[in-house]
Amino acid sequence: MVQPSRRRPGVNRRAQYGLFASYVIAVTGALFGLLLIIVARADPAGFAVLRSAIAEVTRPVSGSLQRLVSGVGSLDENIVAYVNAGSQNAALRRQVDANRTRLIEAAAIEQENLRLKKLLNLVQNTQGNLATARLIGSTTSITRRIARIDAGRSRGVLPGMPVRAPEGLIGRVIVSGPNTADVLLLTDSQNIIPVRRAKDNIAAICTGLDDGTVEIRPLNPGNNPFRPGDIMVTTGTGGLYSPNIPVAIVVSQRNGMAIGVPLASPARVEAVVVQRPYDIDLAPPLDQGDAPRNEADAAKRAQQK
Amino acid sequence: MTPTPQSRLGATPSRTRLMGTPVATVMFGSLIGALLPIVAQSPTLPPFGLLFLLAWRLLHPTLWPLWIGVPLGAFDDLATGAPLGSAVFLWTAVMIAIEMIDRRIFWRDYWNDWLIALVAVAFCLLGGALFARIAGSHAPFWLLLPQILWSALAYPLMVRLTATVDRWRIMA
Repeated sequence: MVQPSRRRPGVNRRAQYGLFASYVIAVTGALFGLLLIIVARADPAGFAVLRSAIAEVTRPVSGSLQRLVSGVGSLDENIVAYVNAGSQNAALRRQVDANRTRLIEAAAIEQENLRLKKLLNLVQNTQGNLATARLIGSTTSITRRIARIDAGRSRGVLPGMPVRAPEGLIGRVIVSGPNTADVLLLTDSQNIIPVRRAKDNIAAICTGLDDGTVEIRPLNPGNNPFRPGDIMVTTGTGGLYSPNIPVAIVVSQRNGMAIGVPLASPARVEAVVVQRPYDIDLAPPLDQGDAPRNEADAAKRAQQK
Repeated sequence: MTPTPQSRLGATPSRTRLMGTPVATVMFGSLIGALLPIVAQSPTLPPFGLLFLLAWRLLHPTLWPLWIGVPLGAFDDLATGAPLGSAVFLWTAVMIAIEMIDRRIFWRDYWNDWLIALVAVAFCLLGGALFARIAGSHAPFWLLLPQILWSALAYPLMVRLTATVDRWRIMA
């Protein structure tokens, strides 16, 4: 049993005024909060200084906890790998032999590509990798999908920079503090990425669905050409992400839209790489909402050409 | 019954301890999400800061002034990554609503508390999602259902925890 509230002033004038004042402060505060949201349009990059100050404080704890638990997520895979080690070894050996020839061919093609680009005077910033970092946390109780990495301004990480893992794209930086940065994951519904199918050049727009999957919508209206198993890579349109970074694999179709799963699962990757924007001459995205729209528009324009 | 502050060895707990402990636990609850190295794919953890706030408020009706939701909500917004102002508004609205309920229901029992907490958590989570939608997020509301369920299940635990901290707080 809880005792009844003693916040009853009775006939005491002073207490009555005090109670009234607390109501006034509370209502004013609540309305001020509402005003802040409307003015800032719920922008997660707002008040970046205060946010990164808190991130700096929590970084040592989440960083060291991450080091402790890393590897737990892939424990089951390691055990299964031991069980069928023999047959897997033979299969992998055959695969390595087959891949060696492919690699040699690819190296030759890359060199030819470089030569042709030089011929065309097509110069683009390709020395992209800026910093290596680890994912040390994320938003866990709100609907936005934002992860935190343990590298910040001190290592050159600035808002707008793309972040990738060896397996594929992770997202892009939206807030950067002295030693931490917040990354908008590609599964967030405000992250829109121009992509194309890896095997042919059918362009599409990849939008997050906030539940760990992405929606892949073809640029050309009509039948959805994407089937489960298709791999989507970035196009490089818009100048933010360099081309041919793996993004997602299509797993199903729902209401005429293809549903994909990111190839680099942020929950499992060990290390990520922060890259420079692909086209360095492009102005960095100023507003949180503007950048993806511009990219999408750019992709549409490129498609129309 | 709420125990009144009683000294064990002739000393009363310091004012910092009496007033600071509840605030510190709520702030710690807000920070739990930032401290854990989890990269969640959807909202998974219950809003621990809010659960601590509700537990303290329902245990001690007169512990805090009405406007405590403003500063604690602002800290929660900054710690969880929600737009600043979202928890400021929602938490204060919850505090005022509980005050109204306290005027109607004179004696609350355990199940009343749980129901109040459940409604308050659902209100705050759905409100937060609504604010995100205003800004252009397209997260569907059903994504929050598991989180509301975890919160409802976690609330009794949080009350026990708060009560334990409370015992330490008032027993010098």
